[in-house]
Amino acid sequence: MPWRRQGAHLRPAEAPEMTDTIAVEGLRKCFAEVEAVSEISFSVSQGELFGFLGPNGAGKTTTINMLTGLARPDSGTICIGGIDCTGNPRAAQHLVGVVPDESNLYPELTGFGNLCFCSALHGLRKAERQARAQELLDVFGLTEAADRKFGGYSKGMKRKLTIAAGIIHKPEILFLDEPTTGIDVASARQLRQLIADLHQAGTTIFLTTHYIEEAERLCDRIAFIVSGRIVRIDTVENLVQPMQVKHVVQLTCENALSDMLTRLSESFPDLKFEDSGKGLIRVEGDEPIRVGPLVRFLEDQGGEVSEARRMRPSLEDVFVRITGIEADAMRKEKEKAGGGQ
Amino acid sequence: MKLWIAFWNILIKDMRTYYLKPPNISWGLIFPLAWTGMFFIKSGSALGSIQTLLPGVVAISILFGTTSMLAVTVTFEKKNRSFERLLLAPIPLEILMLAKTGGAILFGVANAFVPVAMAAFLIELSQVVWRAFIPAVFLIAVASTFLGLFIAVAVSEVFEAQTFSNFFRFPMIFLCGLFFPVEKLPVFLKPVSYALPLTYGADVLHGAVHGGHAMPFSLDLALLSAFCVGLFAVSLHNIRRRWII
Repeated sequence: MPWRRQGAHLRPAEAPEMTDTIAVEGLRKCFAEVEAVSEISFSVSQGELFGFLGPNGAGKTTTINMLTGLARPDSGTICIGGIDCTGNPRAAQHLVGVVPDESNLYPELTGFGNLCFCSALHGLRKAERQARAQELLDVFGLTEAADRKFGGYSKGMKRKLTIAAGIIHKPEILFLDEPTTGIDVASARQLRQLIADLHQAGTTIFLTTHYIEEAERLCDRIAFIVSGRIVRIDTVENLVQPMQVKHVVQLTCENALSDMLTRLSESFPDLKFEDSGKGLIRVEGDEPIRVGPLVRFLEDQGGEVSEARRMRPSLEDVFVRITGIEADAMRKEKEKAGGGQ
Repeated sequence: MKLWIAFWNILIKDMRTYYLKPPNISWGLIFPLAWTGMFFIKSGSALGSIQTLLPGVVAISILFGTTSMLAVTVTFEKKNRSFERLLLAPIPLEILMLAKTGGAILFGVANAFVPVAMAAFLIELSQVVWRAFIPAVFLIAVASTFLGLFIAVAVSEVFEAQTFSNFFRFPMIFLCGLFFPVEKLPVFLKPVSYALPLTYGADVLHGAVHGGHAMPFSLDLALLSAFCVGLFAVSLHNIRRRWII
């Protein structure tokens, strides 16, 4: 029987009633005197891509370890795929695929050998193992490196093979711990596309990341975790909405005359205009701004409008406001620790 | 069936990756050869002394082959986090650890027969009670492997595994009756000797090879089996406590 979450405050109001694939209540974990995870509660619906966003040491990996059976919670309950894992942390491992924050395959085995071994751990038969390994090597563009030892792979290749190993048994639930940390931009982009494809295919994904843009682009819902506590959970839309007190449009106008801003202010007294330099005009209003009249006015005045963009607060703005942590500082901290994109 | 596939593949992977590598095979051959040669030269006696040395050399070959190999490989996999992959597999911990230790047990059994094969060229082995000798070799290999597992769970670095292994192994050479009879040990060391699994294994081996044993084979084998079960249970308990924290 699917387990249903009780803390209704964590789910956005408009979200449809769905079964919870992951349900966590009051989860807590301490290491000596340090409280790594402090009574967190959340749920993830079937097929949802759920993001866990926070700085280093926020408790992301500890949470994943507890959810996947590598760590035992001090208190709280965990339900994975309807199975109560509170007493037995390893009870739902047949449903789960895990991609850890560091590539942990066997350096002495080849890429193909690693994938075959990982699928054997899930009981796949030889023919099935080989077919699946070959299929994933093709998908991840590693066919040519299939017979090379994993220890000799580049960081990006290692990451890809580790993800392939995590999904080789086609898990219903996939835990991805910082999947794009420390790899080049092209590989990160390819991995994000693969994550999006898995999500599209219906896999429930629990993704931890410290890259805010990544979470914003991929996730259905996001939880902000800071110092072991979840400070907010919602959809990107709902997280951003309260920040949108003002409506902002940015116009790119060539040949703008020097007194253009004065003329605009006179003609549109409800709006506030600001010269952002290099032909950019920032328009701010209390109500949604109609772009058509602005463009027509500028063109009548001899200007040439090449772009009109509606601006909205980013998830980064929301993160900074809610957590008080500068996103840039979070990124740098991670890069210093060995990551970096 | 799925469990069997996982079990078999872990065992085969470890055999190929660790135990069937040329350095380990040569270690398995050279080590017993060196021990046999050393005691043979020291005793200064004729070929007849091989019969009394064989049980000790067999036991040491198993002990050194299994404990260090398992302790080092498990610690190495724990250190580079590839062991986590096994812990994440949907396999009961007992089956997982039996698969993980299976390779070392087989390696230990194979090691035991290297000195036996060497001795077969030099002395007559027709009097050996194989129905006692073979179970004893197997149980010594199991007990030594589980001792290696116990060590692996207790340490976090590969070099610690080696050091900790030696802490157990070298006293066992002198306390378990391999080369010096337990009866001749000082009184205060005798209880320590009886608390070590190898004492019972060595007793069976001595009895099987040249007839000099202190306890009945069945009692020795039963006690050795009890040590195996106990060491495995303690190791599993420690894995749950230390590795699934």
